[in-house]
Amino acid sequence: MLDDFFVRAMVAGIGVALIAGPLGCFIVWRRLAYFGDTLSHAALFGIALAFLLEVNVTLAVMVTSLLVALAMLGLRREGSVSSDAVLGLLSHGALALGLVCLSFLTTVRVDLLGLLFGDILAVSRQDILVIYLLAAAIGVVLWLIWRPLFAATVSRDLAEAEGLRPARTDLVLMVLLAAIIAVAMKIVGVLLITALLIIPATTARRLTGGPEPMAFVAALVGLLAVVGGLFGSLTADTPAGPSIVVAALVLFVVSLSPLGGLMRRRAHTKETG
Amino acid sequence: MDGGTTHIERPQVAVNALVELQNAGLNRAGRWLVRGVDLAVPRGHVVTLIGPNGSGKSTTARLALGLAAPSEGRARRAKGLRVGYVPQKLAIDWTLPLTVRRFMSLTRRLPEAAVERALERVGIAALAEAQMRTLSGGEFQRALIARAIALAPDLLVLDEPVQGVDVNGEAALYKMIDEIRRELDCGVLMISHDLHVVMASTDTVICLNGHVCCRGTPDAVSQSPAYRTLFGWRPSGDIALYRHDHHHHDCAGAHEGETQAQDETHA
Repeated sequence: MLDDFFVRAMVAGIGVALIAGPLGCFIVWRRLAYFGDTLSHAALFGIALAFLLEVNVTLAVMVTSLLVALAMLGLRREGSVSSDAVLGLLSHGALALGLVCLSFLTTVRVDLLGLLFGDILAVSRQDILVIYLLAAAIGVVLWLIWRPLFAATVSRDLAEAEGLRPARTDLVLMVLLAAIIAVAMKIVGVLLITALLIIPATTARRLTGGPEPMAFVAALVGLLAVVGGLFGSLTADTPAGPSIVVAALVLFVVSLSPLGGLMRRRAHTKETG
Repeated sequence: MDGGTTHIERPQVAVNALVELQNAGLNRAGRWLVRGVDLAVPRGHVVTLIGPNGSGKSTTARLALGLAAPSEGRARRAKGLRVGYVPQKLAIDWTLPLTVRRFMSLTRRLPEAAVERALERVGIAALAEAQMRTLSGGEFQRALIARAIALAPDLLVLDEPVQGVDVNGEAALYKMIDEIRRELDCGVLMISHDLHVVMASTDTVICLNGHVCCRGTPDAVSQSPAYRTLFGWRPSGDIALYRHDHHHHDCAGAHEGETQAQDETHA
């Protein structure tokens, strides 16, 4: 079954979407959307480094994303630079470094479009294995730290005062984000990673009234976006990665429509009933 | 560190105290937010911090909770201390879907019965499925208090817990907190700007203005000149406050044996 490139793309996309949804909720809750963009720029830098040093791309992307995330945590804690300035500095710094590194690669032809928009139709069996192993690891860790991470999202002080360790869970979240960037990059490309994280979560927010339902629905919306986007790309002959994001966008618009309102009301009566 | 050797009487307090500050102070960017605070909350006691805006009440609570490390002095909490905290401010954004019920289990999963009971005690049982951000100011404070007491804590830290609650509700909530303290035999560290409302249920009042102005029973503190200059009996409070700056911490009530100045001497 996995011999077919379309089936492989579908399986890989669903694996990423299922974990991107819940993780994307934290990006939405913590207002980290711009931070996601910063990480994806770091991913580009990682790709360039991987080609330059001839190391594994996924690993290089995880490492650069993580370094940028830690740099942000450190600079923010230092407190002398504002959050958006820190993000801008790191985001464009990483982008510039990535472009400079790419210019050194005169001998290797880098498929830049593939990197920017993803190459989901070229996903191999080995890619699928890596995606599912990483997604499973992210899922398990997220499940383990879910309550303290959510508590720290609502109020860091409250969580810390009552014996949780927000600094530690924040660090774990950064590692998880770096990992999801590395796997999602293959599916939708560097430019659209943030979209895959935040659009399903934002759509889910409109339909649910609690953190756990929102994470669940976000995973579901991501799954539908992958399926819809891939079929759309097949029939209309459009690029797969962007088509998935467009499908997610369509689902978001549906959630704004009266149909979304209906679902919301049903969810609400179920809660109160 | 050196506090342990110079103050021989301290360890006796330390044995019973859930949380203790010794000569604690916090300096931020060269400014002392609060300095020289000695404080101990034993089991079953209510310690209330009062003082004007910017006097370091919340900072003192943060030092006690371990949310800030003291720049000087020591902060010590009992091992395995279970804390229930009502912060002064908490903003729930639209992006966060959060019902009152889910909020109750924010830091720890609680049994359904404990949640129901706590919500009933603060009078918002009907709002269990309501979204936190749709609550009124008073309802929100009640939810915060309900969550803190539902944890069955060893130590309750309440930072202006009844802000935005109507007058009748205020008295009822303070009475309820007092009942909780008796039931759980927990310590309570409370912050209030109004001594009179909390007087009945407070064991020790610590009056702050960047440092400890005076301390003692509510009656003794309210009689003490330091408290009167800080809060004033007459409406011309701002003049009294200005005068206070020149006149450093001492407490004339100390000779009556009820209020104590800075040094805590336990017999």
